[in-house]
Amino acid sequence: MATLEDGVSPNQTVVPPGDVIEDARRRDYLKIAAVSVAGVGAGVAVLPLINSMNPSADVLALSTTELDLSAIEPGMAIKASFRKQPLFVRNLTPAEIAEADKVPVSSLRDPQTLEDRTKEGKTNWLITLGVCTHLGCVPLGAGEGENRGPFGGYFCPCHGSAYDTAGRIRQGPAPTNLQVPDYAFTSDTVVVVG
Amino acid sequence: MSFPWARHYEPKNPVMQWVDSRLPLPRFVYNAIGAGYPVPRNLNYFWNFGVLAGLALVVQIVTGIVLAMHFHSSAAGAFESINGTIMRDVNAGWFLRFAHANGASMFLLVIYIHIFRGLYYGSYKAPREMVWLIGVVIFLLVMATAFMGYVLPWGQMSFWGAQVITGFFSAIPVVGEWIRVWLLGGYAPDDAALNRFFSLHYLLPFVIAGAVILHIWALHIPGSGNPTGVEVKGEQDTVPFHPYYTAKDGFGVGIFMILFSTLIFFYPDLLGHPDNYIPANPLSTPAHIVPEWYFWPFYAILRAFTADFIIPAKLWGVVAMFGSIILLFFLPWLDKSPVRSANFRPGYRIAFWILVLDVLVLGYCGGSAATPAVVIVSQICAAYYFAHFLIVVPIISRLERPKPLPNSITEAVLGDHGGSRMTETALRA
Amino acid sequence: MLPLFTRSIKFIIGAGFIFVLLLALIGTVTTLIKEPAQPTAEEEFHKHPKELDLASNGPLGKFDNAQLQRGFLVYEKVCASCHSLNLVSFRDLQQLGYNEAEVKKIAKDWPIKQPVQDPKAGTWGERDNLASDRFPKVYYPGTGSPPDLSLIAKARHDGAAYVHSLLTGYQNQPAELLKKFPTAKTPDGSYYNPYFANLNIAMPPPLTSENQVTYSDGTRATVDQMAKDVSAFLVWTAEPTLQTRHRAGVAVVLFLLFATALAYGAYLTVWRGVKH
Repeated sequence: MATLEDGVSPNQTVVPPGDVIEDARRRDYLKIAAVSVAGVGAGVAVLPLINSMNPSADVLALSTTELDLSAIEPGMAIKASFRKQPLFVRNLTPAEIAEADKVPVSSLRDPQTLEDRTKEGKTNWLITLGVCTHLGCVPLGAGEGENRGPFGGYFCPCHGSAYDTAGRIRQGPAPTNLQVPDYAFTSDTVVVVG
Repeated sequence: MSFPWARHYEPKNPVMQWVDSRLPLPRFVYNAIGAGYPVPRNLNYFWNFGVLAGLALVVQIVTGIVLAMHFHSSAAGAFESINGTIMRDVNAGWFLRFAHANGASMFLLVIYIHIFRGLYYGSYKAPREMVWLIGVVIFLLVMATAFMGYVLPWGQMSFWGAQVITGFFSAIPVVGEWIRVWLLGGYAPDDAALNRFFSLHYLLPFVIAGAVILHIWALHIPGSGNPTGVEVKGEQDTVPFHPYYTAKDGFGVGIFMILFSTLIFFYPDLLGHPDNYIPANPLSTPAHIVPEWYFWPFYAILRAFTADFIIPAKLWGVVAMFGSIILLFFLPWLDKSPVRSANFRPGYRIAFWILVLDVLVLGYCGGSAATPAVVIVSQICAAYYFAHFLIVVPIISRLERPKPLPNSITEAVLGDHGGSRMTETALRA
Repeated sequence: MLPLFTRSIKFIIGAGFIFVLLLALIGTVTTLIKEPAQPTAEEEFHKHPKELDLASNGPLGKFDNAQLQRGFLVYEKVCASCHSLNLVSFRDLQQLGYNEAEVKKIAKDWPIKQPVQDPKAGTWGERDNLASDRFPKVYYPGTGSPPDLSLIAKARHDGAAYVHSLLTGYQNQPAELLKKFPTAKTPDGSYYNPYFANLNIAMPPPLTSENQVTYSDGTRATVDQMAKDVSAFLVWTAEPTLQTRHRAGVAVVLFLLFATALAYGAYLTVWRGVKH
């Protein structure tokens, strides 16, 4: 049958058509290169698909929150929204500050002082995420009349984690203190979070 | 696959051996699009378009899934979520949106070439009627999906397109208006219609994928056709799909991608309509409602019927428009000629090229404003369209004297200079 | 009899369609002869937009940020009181070369405020715009609502050229038109503009005199220049990612040309020695 193939040189017999006997290894490289380049192309084409699932520009644009604190009296707290998560802002009373300072740091699960968790000269402003570090529930205590738990700070109703007046974990399953986001005071009463 | 010389799957890799002995999926793929599928050696580039249509389907499904993650399916939010969030804020969102919108055009373009390839080379004839029938079903499903997808951006053309297309159904006597309201879930397109179109637009591509599997399955029973229309006679007529046609399709995919990318990156709005960048306004109709280009020939047929005769003109238009596709189902029995390829059918070949021209002119008419001149041309072309399938082809298939066919694919490939005699000898040997 | 009917059913159906089309054709031709379409003022006097040369034109076009900033100024001072830009965010202006502080200030000083609802009382009030906000909607108390301009450069044929021609195309109604179509006189409260689809536009000429806005970069603010700049700006608002798209396209197409050449080489290699 191979003799049928006119225009085929004798060293390139076809047995049966389809099984070309390769005479040059070099030819294989071309195939490998073509498949590799196609693979790279397909790989790169997947990147925008994956990247499109990252936060979009309108979501990122809300990554900072500006708050006016002037209306928060000592002893009061507010719930704000930071990156679509609850943010607790609490104006601590001197008694609450004293209570927080009284606790020996070494006895804590996540050792931090109140001063570590606030800005210098603004120790009364405790700004934390309202997200329990156990499994992400919103602890009670920021709203008026809510249960502040046995340590007078926040209390998570899901699994009973209790935080003290500095937002530190004192009892229950949560592993760490309530997270303090990055923030800065732009004036005495205005704070930018994020 | 029925050719006795088809290669058998013999996995060398122990992992593949393990998988294959428990679930013969690798074997299935090998026999479907691998070295286990013998294919005529003489396929030309028009045989690339089946694989390209499959690729276009995959592109639409993949880009569509990601776009659906960002799309708001509501009359109040759809336009904003596409033209605001996706086009501006989502990472690479503009790319996904333009790829999906132009991907639909590429898909339909490939399908049209694939269909006309089938018409020219008689791919619908025995023993491949089932391949053709499933193909027409796929074509209908793709058109339905494309139409519903075009509604989703909720621009002016989306809205009025939905209004007009669902309006077709109100042409049906007695129950028509009820059907229209049922389809829309209201008296005009609104949230209910948009949401069900979105739901179906997401579902139908997977139905299409299922139909594509049946299409390929049905193809593998008799094996692929070829430009001579002569059936495979022996092993020398075929080559294994892989690597021969995978290599050729790889090149075809490259060309497809270059054209597709040129549209996406440099002319993304070329095939769209400016009015769809205007939010849907139920109180104001655009000056000229035109569907997407791939519906233009059918839209021209719809508009060509302007005379009442027994039933109202509107119903004639709708019947003719759907009829123009439905009659493709009957084509295998309308064309009785035993010769498949138009290369050997001088009469049919002329009719074929007239049909191509006819459909192109219909397309032009469907995209233009319905001035009297355009309507007259549409009427003449629509008449030929029906005449072609129902009168011209059946008559030609009886009267025509086909040219002599080659004895085999191999003979056709090697040319007539002594090849045929040698083939016979070789076959006898 | 029946077999003959079955055999000829296709001819009957085909002839049926052709007969109805023939009826329709006769109808169309008769109408055309009996009542030929009357020419309309729109058909005869409507003009296609003048060509407009912008940096963003063509498949490789780029943005000219200086021009976009001038265009934004024209939009801000002239268009913004009636036309919103509701798909664009203030933060997007950073792409034109404004820094964060400038964008914040533009947002804060924007005369139309963001509506906010009091969650307890249900009443609506307003607040200053933030950089993260979209340009607020404009509620225009006059006749009709002026279109949002975010996508105007895509929502009209020859978008940018159309905007430029429209802005510079106001003129008196030609006497010739009135002579030919006496009923087509521009109605009160409308203005003649041959680039507008029905020739009479409700928008008063917005750009009327040189130096209507003051450019800080020393460009002479002629009416034509202002119209050009705002058209360029509206190309940007319609697709801020246009330049990214063009750049990515060059890389993608070059890669594909290379990959396709390789694929062609592989194809030839595979088929070498096999006649087909």
